[in-house]
Amino acid sequence: MTNTAPTRSLVIEREVPHRPEKVWRALTQGALIEEWLMKNDFQPVVGHRFNFRSTPVPGWDGVINCEVLVLEPNSRLSYSWGTMGTESVVAWTLTPTKDGTHVRMEQTGFRSEQDAAYKGATYGWTKFIGNLERVAGGLD
Amino acid sequence: MQAATENVFKALSDPTRRAIFERLARDGEQTVHALTDHSGVSQPAISKHLSVLKHAKLVRDRREGRETHYRAQPQALAPLIDWMSVYGAFWRDRFDRLENLLKRMDK
Repeated sequence: MTNTAPTRSLVIEREVPHRPEKVWRALTQGALIEEWLMKNDFQPVVGHRFNFRSTPVPGWDGVINCEVLVLEPNSRLSYSWGTMGTESVVAWTLTPTKDGTHVRMEQTGFRSEQDAAYKGATYGWTKFIGNLERVAGGLD
Repeated sequence: MQAATENVFKALSDPTRRAIFERLARDGEQTVHALTDHSGVSQPAISKHLSVLKHAKLVRDRREGRETHYRAQPQALAPLIDWMSVYGAFWRDRFDRLENLLKRMDK
């Protein structure tokens, strides 16, 4: 299958009133990651392969396949993010500021395999639509 | 935001419509009667929800005798698969949770 879909990136940045060391713990300790993201078997080791696990829904097994790519304590973390025939990279950058930490998340290199996206698997995404209700509410 | 995308978002922002769409996507074509029987909602209400889903091209209808059959058109979800919108909403929600966790870690 040819794949000429352009890659794109998504950036989300926030400043939080906490030191980078603390934000780093929330990003790299499995039990803490689970509290804000998903169940996981993350290990802070470059090359470690792990999964994020969400509740399965029809058409999606809820599994995201990842590998740790970059690990610079209190500063940079990145892992691959593969699910439903798509591959991307999630990169976190922590920068100390006067009052805390600037947190930057960039997800890049996303490619959508038409096949996976448009077959029955498609409606697995309805799972995420709950999150979009606020967005929809804002359209009125 | 494009009108088509907006229609899809609006159509699926209602839990009853989402349930109807998910049922059609999961179980295949259904008549309005069958959808009404399982919903606990009146037939006029179901028909109204179906017309909103149809306007968003999420379902297609077909008349056969006195019955109208509806089927899901999952490809109409394509605008939602646009990862900028889906992942954008996803990560913003997770950022909120991360911030809440950081606050709790103080205690």
